[in-house]
Amino acid sequence: MAKITASVYTSHVPAIGAALDLGKTHEPYWQPVFEGYEFGKKWMKDNKPDVIFLVYNDHATAFSLDMIPTFAIGTAAQYQPADEGWGPRPVPVVKGHPELASHIAQSVIQQDFDLTIINKMDVDHGLTVPLSLMCGEQDPVKGAWPCPVIPFAVNVVQYPVPSGQRCFNLGQAIRKAVESYDEDLNVHIWGTGGMSHQLQGARAGLINREWDNQWLDMMINDPVACAQVPHIDYVREAGSEGIELVMWLIARGAMSDVNGGKVTGKAPKLAKRFYHVPASNTAVGHAILECQ
Amino acid sequence: MALEKPYLDVPGTIIFDAEQSRKGYWINQFCMSLMKAENREKFKANERVYLDSWPMTEEQKQAVLARDLNWCMRTGGNIYFLAKIGATDGKSFQQMAGSMTGMTEEEYRNMMVNGGRSIEGNRFIGEDGTAQAQHQPQGSAGKTAAQKA
Repeated sequence: MAKITASVYTSHVPAIGAALDLGKTHEPYWQPVFEGYEFGKKWMKDNKPDVIFLVYNDHATAFSLDMIPTFAIGTAAQYQPADEGWGPRPVPVVKGHPELASHIAQSVIQQDFDLTIINKMDVDHGLTVPLSLMCGEQDPVKGAWPCPVIPFAVNVVQYPVPSGQRCFNLGQAIRKAVESYDEDLNVHIWGTGGMSHQLQGARAGLINREWDNQWLDMMINDPVACAQVPHIDYVREAGSEGIELVMWLIARGAMSDVNGGKVTGKAPKLAKRFYHVPASNTAVGHAILECQ
Repeated sequence: MALEKPYLDVPGTIIFDAEQSRKGYWINQFCMSLMKAENREKFKANERVYLDSWPMTEEQKQAVLARDLNWCMRTGGNIYFLAKIGATDGKSFQQMAGSMTGMTEEEYRNMMVNGGRSIEGNRFIGEDGTAQAQHQPQGSAGKTAAQKA
């Protein structure tokens, strides 16, 4: 049977991708950011998954205002890195896992979550920057990501985004779906985006270090309480784009200590926690949890 | 009955909700078109002509031509869409975000390096933080522009 064994959390700032692609990782500004992921890169090699279920948001790339799915699962065989206006990132094509993705789609919809099924889309920095951070730089042609990836896009562009509670519940449904897949697969689930940042208006550049760290404590140690944080707290305390953090709760809800909306099992092991300000406009947060 | 909008009292912030999205449909779709290299070229060759090929309001077109992202947002633009204009101009997200504060690029970058904008006084309209209306524009770029006008 397939199993979710770990969750990875990380911000997905586009400037991090640009710093990687332009060879700026050793500059004093960027060096502390990338140092925070050195452990993660090694951890990925030592704990190589068979599939990554990658929760992220599309930044008006694959989805314009023509269609705005709240939850969209990628069931395609592969996904091209998107041209977001700067030209596509020079990273390898992302291979999918159509069989597992289709299985999860069917199971999760039967658990009352109305997913949109996507068979063709390009993936933007929201998906490729976390891969670069955790897997290191890859040659766009000769290189490859270490395993297939199932993209799972969440609408956080047009308000209202799904609530933290909805995301947390969805994570539990995803774990059930994975565990009902017959093939023995080691699956990691990633939650990306955040942490505090605001990209617009006179309040642009907002960072709330104290709130971010309290939220991280709660996400790790008391996810049931964390799921109850209302939208307005994210907007007010972590900035209009800080609301991306609800996506981390999908990954957290998929950990094995959570059952029936409560924490009943053994707490996951915190393998890594990292926080740094700034990367461009954003506070960078990162954590790795291993199911016990 | 009106929808609940608890976010209207956050200073210096426009939440892109259903109402803004409806207002901004065409300005945002215009922005989407800039994801294709050939459209970026057309736009750069003659901005006005390219904008006129979209059913945007005159105000939306003026806001784009002025590269005034706050103005674009008031007319329904969303920052993730507007970012395509910045990308076409060769601007980073940090340059775009900074441009909305009235700070120079250097002032904004320094604020970020020093830990970002503080939340204190910036939670509710009516407090005294840096994002409040009474403190705009915030930096020397905005002040220079105001003097010229």
